[in-house]
Amino acid sequence: MNRYAYFPGCSLKGNSRSYEESILPVFRDVGLPLEELEDWNCCGATAYFSVDDNLAVAISGRNLSLAERANKDIIAPCAGCYLTLRKSNEFLAGKTTSAAKIRSDLKNSGCEYHGTVKVKHPLDVLKNDVGLETLKARVRRPLAGLKVASYYGCQLVRPFTDFDDPDHPTALDDLLAAVGAAPVEYGAKTRCCGGSLTGTIEEVGLRLNYILLKEAKRQGADCLATICPLCQFNLEFAQDKIVKAFGEDVRLPVLYFSQLLGLAMGLGRKELGLTRSIVPLKSFYAKLGNGGAR
Amino acid sequence: MKIDRKVTYEEHLDPGFLAEVERMSGCREIETCIQCGTCSSSCPMAVYMDIPPRKIIAMVKHGFKDEVLKSFTIWLCPSCYTCQVRCPAQIKITDVMYALKRKAIEEKVYPSRFAIPVLDREMSRLIASNGRSSELWLLLRLYLKSRRPFAMLKMAPLGLKLMKTGRMSLRREKIKNKAQLRSLIKAVKEGAR
Repeated sequence: MNRYAYFPGCSLKGNSRSYEESILPVFRDVGLPLEELEDWNCCGATAYFSVDDNLAVAISGRNLSLAERANKDIIAPCAGCYLTLRKSNEFLAGKTTSAAKIRSDLKNSGCEYHGTVKVKHPLDVLKNDVGLETLKARVRRPLAGLKVASYYGCQLVRPFTDFDDPDHPTALDDLLAAVGAAPVEYGAKTRCCGGSLTGTIEEVGLRLNYILLKEAKRQGADCLATICPLCQFNLEFAQDKIVKAFGEDVRLPVLYFSQLLGLAMGLGRKELGLTRSIVPLKSFYAKLGNGGAR
Repeated sequence: MKIDRKVTYEEHLDPGFLAEVERMSGCREIETCIQCGTCSSSCPMAVYMDIPPRKIIAMVKHGFKDEVLKSFTIWLCPSCYTCQVRCPAQIKITDVMYALKRKAIEEKVYPSRFAIPVLDREMSRLIASNGRSSELWLLLRLYLKSRRPFAMLKMAPLGLKLMKTGRMSLRREKIKNKAQLRSLIKAVKEGAR
């Protein structure tokens, strides 16, 4: 039996639905079909911790308790959900009086939690549980030589990650290399995209994402691979504005890593949600050659 | 030209501020800061801040409560945790910034229409009532409450692109067991200080 419950989070049901559309068939094809956690609630992201930390931990505690009752660990593709669930999990396991208080509040509201659930990211599961060899065996159309800038962003690798390095992570590069792509040296791989600041202060959003796109372009990347819905959105949605503001053509396709894996595994463009890209993908498909059929 | 005193006298400092921030952030290491500046040099947002992170830590340590809570810095922290994982004194700087945000809200000393705290507040309200966030409704609330109707209009072309690619929906997402979430939130709030 599959020991994971899939925690989509709000973004994967919203503007980042192509992440869900691609992660589900990829996991199905490596023999680990994902089932959604029943009646999950929003993790609260960075917003709730800025307003009320006890409530932030408690609402994540409800999600953890739902998974515990189903006797499953959680897979969270969104870096924000991943961090928030891990942070809350760690807090709830603590000996502080507020941790004890929240545990008893959870119990009294019918979501008792004993701290048995692990929270994992699909990157970790694919590399360390499924394994690169299994993945390689699934490749139908290798991404021969496709130059990819692997972008990890912040909240997956900091501060809770136990499967990679916070400054120089490699898991994403390893997965992409396993399916035939050629990851470029990408020095900005863990530099921040601005998170929700792109929605509140435009100048910040444009500048930070310009830096990320420019560095990927300089390294000769054909596209960026992301692991987080907010990073993907931030890097993609304002590219025209960035070109205008900085007078430099830094436009690049920004894809979810699962879309790239899916292409290599022979899945269709539509099935992988690639038709939802705002940046045109015509020249990207041309680079893929036969790999981009359909 | 108005001449202001540039130095804060000791009587205007809050000697209990450090202990309060330590309690709220769960970080006991603030006092051990050696002012090395790794945080400020790691911070992607430092170029936009009125007070860089290193100085914020020093000011917290010495009780400059007003200056810290009224700074833009605390709101500009995007929670990337770079400073936190690099700090040689193991100060949980991101968690300290979160605590300062909460303190500023508690003491009502942040600009009322400033978009960043408005977004945090509106998102937490949306989650508390529906259990989930819905992007479009969150953005509408953000622009209304921060009184930036023109910014909303400027987003229209993007909205069209998202609509065309099927990435925007008008649906209000919600969970089934809202009653449970409400009772949990009520219980947590009741016991709090």
